[in-house]
Amino acid sequence: MDTVKQLRDKIAVGQTKSTDAVKAVFDHIEKHESTIGAYISLYKEQALEQAGKIDEKIAAGRPVGPLAGVPIAIKDNMCTTFGATTCGSKILENFHAPYNAHIVEKLNAANAIIIGKCNLDEFAMGSSTENSGLKKTVNPWDTDRVPGGSSGGSAAAVAARLCCGALGSDTGGSIRQPASFCGVVGLKPTYGRVSRYGLVAYGSSLDQIGPLTQDVTDTALLLNTIAGHDQRDSTSVPETMAPVPDYLEQLETPVKGLKIATVPHLNKGADASVQKALQDALEVYKSLGAEIIEIDMPHFDYAISAYYVIATAEASSNLARFDGVHYGYRSQNANDYIEVYSKSRDEAFGQEVKRRIMLGTYALSSGYYDAYYLKALKVRNLIRSDFTKAFEQADCLMMPVSPTTAFKIGEKTDDPLQMYLADIYTIAVNLAGVPGISIPCGFDEKNLPIGLQIISAPFSEDKLLRIARMHEKQTDWHTKKPNI
Amino acid sequence: MAELEYKIIVGLEIHVHLATRTKMFCGCELAYGDMANTHVCPVCLGMPGTLPVMNKQALEFSILTGLALNCQIASFTKWDRKSYYYPDLPKNYQISQYDLPFSEHGYIEIPTEDGGTKKIRILRAHLEEDAGKNIHTLGNFSAVDLNRAGTPLLEIVTEPDMNSPDEVGALARELQRIVRFLGVSEADMQKGHMRFEPNVNLHITRNGEVFKTPISEVKNLNSFRAIERSIAYEVARQLHEFKETGKTLQMGNKSTYGWDDDKQMTVLQREKEEAHDYRYFPDPDLVPVEIDDAWLGEIKARLCELPIQMQQRFTKDYGLSDYDASVLTADRATAEFFNATVKQGADAKRVCNLLTQTGLKLANEKGTTVDQLGITPENLAKLAQMANAGDVSATAATAIFEEMAAAAGNPMQIAEAKNLIQKSDAGEIEALVDAVLAENTEAVQDAKTNPKKAKKAIGFLMGQVIQKSKGRANPKIVSQLMNQKLTS
Repeated sequence: MDTVKQLRDKIAVGQTKSTDAVKAVFDHIEKHESTIGAYISLYKEQALEQAGKIDEKIAAGRPVGPLAGVPIAIKDNMCTTFGATTCGSKILENFHAPYNAHIVEKLNAANAIIIGKCNLDEFAMGSSTENSGLKKTVNPWDTDRVPGGSSGGSAAAVAARLCCGALGSDTGGSIRQPASFCGVVGLKPTYGRVSRYGLVAYGSSLDQIGPLTQDVTDTALLLNTIAGHDQRDSTSVPETMAPVPDYLEQLETPVKGLKIATVPHLNKGADASVQKALQDALEVYKSLGAEIIEIDMPHFDYAISAYYVIATAEASSNLARFDGVHYGYRSQNANDYIEVYSKSRDEAFGQEVKRRIMLGTYALSSGYYDAYYLKALKVRNLIRSDFTKAFEQADCLMMPVSPTTAFKIGEKTDDPLQMYLADIYTIAVNLAGVPGISIPCGFDEKNLPIGLQIISAPFSEDKLLRIARMHEKQTDWHTKKPNI
Repeated sequence: MAELEYKIIVGLEIHVHLATRTKMFCGCELAYGDMANTHVCPVCLGMPGTLPVMNKQALEFSILTGLALNCQIASFTKWDRKSYYYPDLPKNYQISQYDLPFSEHGYIEIPTEDGGTKKIRILRAHLEEDAGKNIHTLGNFSAVDLNRAGTPLLEIVTEPDMNSPDEVGALARELQRIVRFLGVSEADMQKGHMRFEPNVNLHITRNGEVFKTPISEVKNLNSFRAIERSIAYEVARQLHEFKETGKTLQMGNKSTYGWDDDKQMTVLQREKEEAHDYRYFPDPDLVPVEIDDAWLGEIKARLCELPIQMQQRFTKDYGLSDYDASVLTADRATAEFFNATVKQGADAKRVCNLLTQTGLKLANEKGTTVDQLGITPENLAKLAQMANAGDVSATAATAIFEEMAAAAGNPMQIAEAKNLIQKSDAGEIEALVDAVLAENTEAVQDAKTNPKKAKKAIGFLMGQVIQKSKGRANPKIVSQLMNQKLTS
């Protein structure tokens, strides 16, 4: 399977037909999807119809968009007017949105072809995609293992080449961690860079949509398509304040005098193989003339606690609307309207979603608000200032994405706290709102991929991608494919 | 038991629908009375993935009202989510303002019976979105109409500074007049544009000791009469309850009542205010709002003279009665039209009479305001001057006013064309007087010699002269000549 850029270039000059590319990807899906389980829904007919139109346009010499004819997958928490938008939940299993998410409009405008919607942890809550209420997704590198989460379906689809590239959403690591587990590139952009309109909210102040792709170039290409201001999202940043550059334009230009910060005390918590892969990556950068400095992020250790207060508080409120009254699942056992609420929610939400709703409700309750929610906001500010200080000293931070490689299915499901703690490296990035990327940087002794996390200052995705590309040019990790 | 001495204590929560073009956080038009669920979109339906965007006009209308209520306007304000589950609330949270409302600490001046004013303090005013409506008239099931959901709602909370049902009614009416003057709300009570929730209790003095009765909150009143009557009812009820039980105000024993308009009584809804936990927290989908001096200055420039200030000025400067002044200031169009006419140098009392007796009637018939009748302040001023100078009679002035409204035009031309100019030529009138005196010798006799009948007789003779002139003889000159002739 070509990368997004390779395929788009071939289609644009008529070397490959979009219809053939779409057929090829669906042939591949037919062979492997039953094993991988990346998709909640697929749209073959619609995709072929769209591909046909693109081919006609190109044959007629008419102009087409920058992703013309390329098969793309999106996470199933992004609203589409076609098919259902389930969020991996029974409560929305049959929810058909009457509107497209902003990023769907953007993909359509770029003439990309959305071939399917990917599995996820229910409402994006989880790190393994095991919390999906609708289906099971496995890691293409080892089908006994999880793909990571919550964008596990998107990451597995890209890794198994069941699509050319995909979009996921990242609230506490939900793009970067599955990208790391599946050996693909995953970017969480700066908060406010991509509109959240039509993304079903989990933690509104943390959620951000980003690409999962085969390489850094494709991430730049997809970011070009989805970044930018949207009036419908008050938290999306106007381009007068933060212009959107062409992320491909300078991609091949190395960052001169690159200064990388590492946080030694944090790295010690990772598996030896993960630590070694990080050291190897740093060596690559050193060989390119980069300077490595060691810094402290004094409040990083409090990130998980703060995150599980803020994210769950917001989630408890965001998910209140799923009540069986207006749409979605309604219990057939309710005798009055209070029971419509309680039974519909009890019957349709999964354990993890219930756990987080209860946590968040508790954190916002009177008498606890100051001790939990307000305190967490203060911690968030301190973490933000840790990053600000770091970026005064260095161009970027480098650290692991996850302390481990992909773990076995069922291994951690009985211990949610253990699962939460594994988010240590990714969560602070969401709290600070800064961009972070995971790129492939090696394999462990079980031949499971390891990701390198690079973090940079707000709205410096162009630099972040250039730094990532420097490593990619020197290594071939991104070219490795799982044997499926 | 002897009659108890007591003081009525009332504070108000008021909800005002703002007359913005669109809803608070989406682009749906505001609508009243349309078919259910025809003014809705994914945002006000609270569908997953949708996001609110603040209506700037709603905030500006609110700030304008805050300024008119002498409130301090915050330089930084934000949006909070208030959580509770109810079918008419699609997101199961309401976007509101909690700890940082856009305005606080103001006052409203209300008219008092003696023609003066009283200041009622405003605790705060904040902006929020309204909920929809549950409909229970469909038999076995209930339905939800979300046309109203997301309507911008200004909540104003007063301090408990009102001490009688009349004062509460006066505040309600005054607030209605203010928001209409400002053009921020239609304030149509029947459409539910204004809803009132008084908190009522009594401070009873017995044997030198003050006892406070438990507070009643009366929910959702939407007529001035209901406000006044429900408070009067509560006063009597609380007095009776105190006499029977001696119950006094304890922490948290506020009860909620509804008003039964058929039975004209309050009805207990909830004994104790349930410990509601709304779990307020800042809405992460919206950004805080900074109100800088430049923006505040722009809004301040839209502030107008308030109705009560105008009313006082009209009585003080023009000698109008308080009643006339209140009629003129009932709406902004009338008040400003009056103002503009008087500025042309016309006699204020005359203009007031023309407007209140003829102008408002015509405007009402045509369903418009006096400034839209087609009469310019200049022409109305001319008409007033003509009437004052005796060029036209009061009756003729009314006719001319009506003609001006019907076909526009200059009052003098109309008067001439319709032959309504009064005769003030002494010679011409004298001839008429002489003729009438000659024709009515009996009346002349009575006028001259019979003090009991003189007044009536003179009136009769005057009437005869006016009639002979077809209503055009100037009554002043007729009267002067008549007096001369009868006493000579």
